Amino acid sequence: MADTMQFDLVSPERRLSSLQAREVQIPGSDGDMTAMAGHVPTITTLRPGVLRVVHSGGADEFVVSGGFAEITATNVSVLAEQALTRADLTAEVHDRLVAEAREAVAAAQAAGDSGRLDDASKFLADVTSLRA
Amino acid sequence: MPSLKDLKNRIASVKSTRKITKAMQMVAAAKLRRAQDAAEAARPYTERFNAVMAGLAASAASSPTAPRLLAGTGRDDVHLLVVMTSERGLCGGFNSTIARLARQRAEELLRQGKTVKILTVGKKGREALKRDHAQRFVNHVDLSAEKRMGYDVAQRIARDIIHRFEAGEFDVATIFYNRFQSVISQVPTARQVIPASFEETSVSPLYEYEPHEEGILGDLLPRGVATQVFSALLENGASEQGARMSAMDSATRNAGDMIDRLTIQYNRSRQASITKELIEIISGAEAL
Repeated sequence: MADTMQFDLVSPERRLSSLQAREVQIPGSDGDMTAMAGHVPTITTLRPGVLRVVHSGGADEFVVSGGFAEITATNVSVLAEQALTRADLTAEVHDRLVAEAREAVAAAQAAGDSGRLDDASKFLADVTSLRA
Repeated sequence: MPSLKDLKNRIASVKSTRKITKAMQMVAAAKLRRAQDAAEAARPYTERFNAVMAGLAASAASSPTAPRLLAGTGRDDVHLLVVMTSERGLCGGFNSTIARLARQRAEELLRQGKTVKILTVGKKGREALKRDHAQRFVNHVDLSAEKRMGYDVAQRIARDIIHRFEAGEFDVATIFYNRFQSVISQVPTARQVIPASFEETSVSPLYEYEPHEEGILGDLLPRGVATQVFSALLENGASEQGARMSAMDSATRNAGDMIDRLTIQYNRSRQASITKELIEIISGAEAL
């Protein structure tokens, strides 16, 4: 079996990435998962988080939020309502994302919603770690 | 018979009009390319999205607990018409064809005894419908501040529509826009967005859903409305520029024809006055 699969990341405004990937780490709303070739056909919604694609030339990271991922044995398509590439992620954008994530954590804490708090703190951790 | 001076002024004025329409045509051509690129770039998302939604919707539509955005309210008494037009004129029949289609639909629905509400996007459609349907306007979205048709604009419009739906303000929502076919042909189109309808596609493989199917549907349906609004906005953007380009092209050509005609008229009357003066001189000399 082939060890790569077609990976596409599209947002409503443009196609961000289209390549042969070895594995794709997806921030699913029910839990993160890694898809590799031959994965069971799955559709999952996304939580705000970091999408990591490993391919022959290294790894790409994208910040995505809202949307879903469609996984088949030979394809992974991620349709994200908002998606940023590494190049889009300037210090300024990064600061804003971190601030937003902090706010989301605070809001979830105030609401006492443990599920949301988990998601929000995961996103905060993800985003904070992206700072190169 | 206009005097020579009048004709000269007239020619000068038509010439400057031609310069303006020519410039507008070139601006529209440049904008059209950008609008087409934007529409092109959005296509993969819309296509994948609709394909997945069609699969999901087909399996969930029969279920009694299907979300209301998909199943509807079960009534069809109050219709919301979302009329999308441009902010600027001088684009041929672009705005009036949309307005005409929307007006026809509104009148048809009113004859059937339904209630019609209208949400306008873009100034021109509001002006066109104001005379007959002003009391049916529920909201207006102004696009003049938007330099670029971003997804956030579509999200804002979609959120407003969904908010009204959830408040029980209407049962069926339809958007009106011009589908871009080519530079010279734009097709006014009506598309129902609530309850959501998706074209049937070929049978997709059996997916595992995470979370369960209805959770996904509940999450994706509002996004589906935004996606449809977004693609309508983009189509409209390209259509507007296409319509403006061909309208300005024919205006430029028309101005050219007019200049030719006026120039001939100018030359003839100048020649006539010269001839007249000559006759006067000659007959004056003969009389001596």
